[in-house]
Amino acid sequence: MNFFDWDFALSILPDLLKASLNTLLITFAGFAIAIVLGLLLAIARRSRHLWLSWPVAGLIEFIRSTPLLIQVYFLFYVFPNYGLNLTALQAGILGIALHYACYTAEVYRAGLDAVPRGQWEAVTALNMSPLSAYRQIILPQALRPILPALGNYLVAMLKDTPVLSAITVVEIMQQAKNIGSESFRYLEPITMVGIFFLLLSLALAWCVRRVEDRLEVTAR
Amino acid sequence: MPQPIVRFTDVTKRYGNLTVLNKLNLDVAPGEKVAIIGPSGSGKSTLLRALMTLESIDEGVICVDDEPLTHMPARDGRLVPASASHQRKVRGKIGMVFQSFNLFPHMCALQNVIEAPMQVLGMGRKEATERAEDLLAMVGLGEKLRHFPSQLSGGQQQRVAIARALAMRPKVMLFDEVTSALDPELCGEVLNVIRRLGSEHNLTMLMVTHQMGFAREFADRVCFFHQGCIHEQGTPDQLFGNPQQERTKAFLSAVNEAN
Repeated sequence: MNFFDWDFALSILPDLLKASLNTLLITFAGFAIAIVLGLLLAIARRSRHLWLSWPVAGLIEFIRSTPLLIQVYFLFYVFPNYGLNLTALQAGILGIALHYACYTAEVYRAGLDAVPRGQWEAVTALNMSPLSAYRQIILPQALRPILPALGNYLVAMLKDTPVLSAITVVEIMQQAKNIGSESFRYLEPITMVGIFFLLLSLALAWCVRRVEDRLEVTAR
Repeated sequence: MPQPIVRFTDVTKRYGNLTVLNKLNLDVAPGEKVAIIGPSGSGKSTLLRALMTLESIDEGVICVDDEPLTHMPARDGRLVPASASHQRKVRGKIGMVFQSFNLFPHMCALQNVIEAPMQVLGMGRKEATERAEDLLAMVGLGEKLRHFPSQLSGGQQQRVAIARALAMRPKVMLFDEVTSALDPELCGEVLNVIRRLGSEHNLTMLMVTHQMGFAREFADRVCFFHQGCIHEQGTPDQLFGNPQQERTKAFLSAVNEAN
């Protein structure tokens, strides 16, 4: 029977923590890109200009309907053949950001659709430019109801970062596998990684709820 | 008649097979108060919405202050469909108040009024705020500056909406059934504000309304709409006192019966 070896666990902790920095970097950098890019995609998809809205709709459907693993493989192993050379970490962040941008774009779309038509008519009647209309009037109303959904994607994205181990990104899961293959002990590293994801997911969910509560207060 | 500030020339608007505005012609003089009445579906609101560019038109030209709104002159002098920036330029002369208020729910009354002057007219916050306070005081809401729309009654919200539209210094104000969503006892406070506007400012006003009493007392001219055209028009005394067309008579007697 193989029991949890606390000394071994303690000895691999520094390596795991170091790799966890990559996990955090991928999550936060990826999410930052995804929520900005997702918004732009959502707005482009709503455009009246078909030359813009149709390709964007196609891109969103394509990326949502194919696995993240295939997308990061393309970015890291296929694109260099066509001159796009990215490090594993760059390809990983870009891949996961693009993947989640397409999901958040759909969330934004739901939020934008939920803003009553009268609000759009009011900004037209006040002659506001599309930019200030979105920034001051439409987005603040569209964002509040979709924050929980965006927060869910942040947590989902965190949990998807191990996929990037497939393109040699040394995030916490890849580090745990490395440790396992060298020491033939998987119980400790994999358990520790599981706990890491659990704690971080709970912490992120708590932060998202705090942000929602604050918006609720400032809205009234 | 002096040079009209609003001119509809042969304006047609269709939704599929349904023609809502049918080769409509209408000139409005500067400072004139025009009440638009008629059965529902006759194109009254569409007329205002087309003038505010909330609806596109299929044929004809709308001019505001001698400038085409829906079109712009091309280099060779022909009129071509207006670009977004041309529309924004001409549209700035028009303000509109809606049946359902359409206030911004995440902003207090004061913010609702200062936002567009700051964003669109480039007014500084201090100037915009002073002006908004004056306007909100004028509509009787000087004490409610920091109230959010959800904390205001329908009549109060509609008065904020009037102040918000006025803050953009329009030459023409459009009122689209502005009392239809209000309890009868709240209508009066909104109509009083419009009355004051009419007497103290030289604003051109186009008003779609079901309040015949108000139209009669307030308007310089009343237009009766039927099937997308002006079926009959005249001074309030002519149109209400001595309507010529059978359809007008039928409409007015139906309205009188309902009241």
